[in-house]
Amino acid sequence: MNSFIGFVRKEFYHIFRDRRTMTILFGMPIIQILLFGFAIRNEIDEVKLAILDLSKDTITKEITDKLLSSGYFLGVRQLTAASEIDDAFKQGLIDEAILFEPNFGHQLLKDGSASVQIITDGSNPNVSRIVTGYTSAVLQQYQQELADMQNRKVLIQPEFTMLFNPELKSVYLFVPGLMALILLLVSALMTSITITREKEYGTMEILLVSPLRPYQIILGKVIPYLVLSFINVLTILITAQIVFGVPCKGSIVLLLAESFLYILTALSLGILISTIAASQQVAMMISLAGLLLPTVLLSGFVFPITSMPWPLELISNIIPAKWFLIIVRGLMLKGVGLEIFWKETLILFGMTVLLVVISVKKFKIRLT
Amino acid sequence: MTTTVIDVSELTRKFGDFTAVDRISFQVLKGEIFGFLGANGAGKTTAIRMLIGLLRPTSGKASVSGFDVYTQTEAIKKSIGYMSQKFSLYQDLTVEENIRFYAGIYGLSDENIVEKSADVLERLALHPVRKSLIKELPLGWKQKLAFSIAMIHDPKIVFLDEPTGGVDPITRRQFWDMIYASADNGVTIFVTTHYMDEAEYCNRVSIMVDGRIAAMDSPRELKTAFQVKKMDDVFVKLARPTGAQTA
Repeated sequence: MNSFIGFVRKEFYHIFRDRRTMTILFGMPIIQILLFGFAIRNEIDEVKLAILDLSKDTITKEITDKLLSSGYFLGVRQLTAASEIDDAFKQGLIDEAILFEPNFGHQLLKDGSASVQIITDGSNPNVSRIVTGYTSAVLQQYQQELADMQNRKVLIQPEFTMLFNPELKSVYLFVPGLMALILLLVSALMTSITITREKEYGTMEILLVSPLRPYQIILGKVIPYLVLSFINVLTILITAQIVFGVPCKGSIVLLLAESFLYILTALSLGILISTIAASQQVAMMISLAGLLLPTVLLSGFVFPITSMPWPLELISNIIPAKWFLIIVRGLMLKGVGLEIFWKETLILFGMTVLLVVISVKKFKIRLT
Repeated sequence: MTTTVIDVSELTRKFGDFTAVDRISFQVLKGEIFGFLGANGAGKTTAIRMLIGLLRPTSGKASVSGFDVYTQTEAIKKSIGYMSQKFSLYQDLTVEENIRFYAGIYGLSDENIVEKSADVLERLALHPVRKSLIKELPLGWKQKLAFSIAMIHDPKIVFLDEPTGGVDPITRRQFWDMIYASADNGVTIFVTTHYMDEAEYCNRVSIMVDGRIAAMDSPRELKTAFQVKKMDDVFVKLARPTGAQTA
């Protein structure tokens, strides 16, 4: 046992001393999640704006001019009635509508506060969020200028409304997919690389000649990645919660347990790859081409499985991430439990056992 | 000097149709420095891998420290040290950590590890660099350290697979001093090498050609039998079948 702990400690040294490994392990999850969350469409400089001005005073004119000169917005459609807003959105004519209440300017100057409604298209949550961000910034700036001029506090109260998708669902749809992807990368890719590295450097031979049993060697290599992957799960969940407010409606304990199972599946995949690959390069190629790509394309992360042609739909069944996605989406977004996805859990479990059995067989063949 | 510690008889290993090791037989005695020579691909590595329990023989018998290579590989692994031709220390660990790690996987106790580490650092004069990463050390130092680490659990037999590849002559000389010192303490040394001057340092050598042992004796006897002055010439005569291969 003592020798085994020493082995695991050594493995952590390897990880902590390799900057590339550390970057992939800890930088990637956060970068990915922020990329997916923000950068899918981050350069929006042609927001189609509509304004329904029920006040038509100098203040609303000034605000409108400010918005236009900010450079984010492309043209302004003047509306005359609230009923036009919905249609304009549906036809894709506008990205944002701003509604000034009657007597906006008067109220602002007299009471020091007035409210403005900002309506955006929730079916494209990223755009929606960015657009409201731009608008708030302009409004706040104007409010400041006005306050300085008037020498007293004024408050423009924006009220945000999101049409079509008030819950912002597609934002947090990507979190489960990202978890599936990152855990696969960290667990399968990193394990296969770290094991083949020992082969490449000739240290594997020394280990095999030592009294350590092969299973101890494999466990020793895998346990650090199990720990770090689990930390990654927590990182992703916490980042998603803090930055995007993604909830977990189901049991968090069950979510962690299912993630643990999926990590085991990915780790056994990594072990299997390392028994096939002779060098780190080959291991990396197999992991990226054989695991990463199918996971992105066929797991249902990006493209819905139901809309795939049947051969692809069939293939998607052997991709662990597909089952993990169903489980995590159910857990996080719908709040359902094991009674709904016990079958998917069982499939992941079966896959893991199968992979471990094959790896052990392959590992033995290599030895004799 | 009379105990047999490695006993090999008719040991054979086939890979498909190819016979890598063909019915080799030999004995190695306690405290002996046994040189295992042969051209690349002659079957040296395959033979060693069978003896250290990494490869199952196809047929024949062999025992190491009295343990059978078919059934008692775990016992063999505990009783031997091994240093391979590929470099075997972890480059991204420090000198101390490497010693600790290898001592650890051989199951040494914590006090024992501390004691052994101090001993090795002292003997190799590596104390000042004990916190340096292995990759920062010159090759010669690393080889000597690798040997000391292969000996850290006081094995009765140590297998050295081309331990001095790429090392300068002075370091090789020092390396062989370490080997002699160990042999004097009763450790059996089983060493493969490409350097024929090193073959001269061995008590006995066997020369493998195409999976068989073509000759085996002390370097002096071999040179006499082949009527040459250097081991180099013995090797060339054996490895090139056009020569006088009648011994």
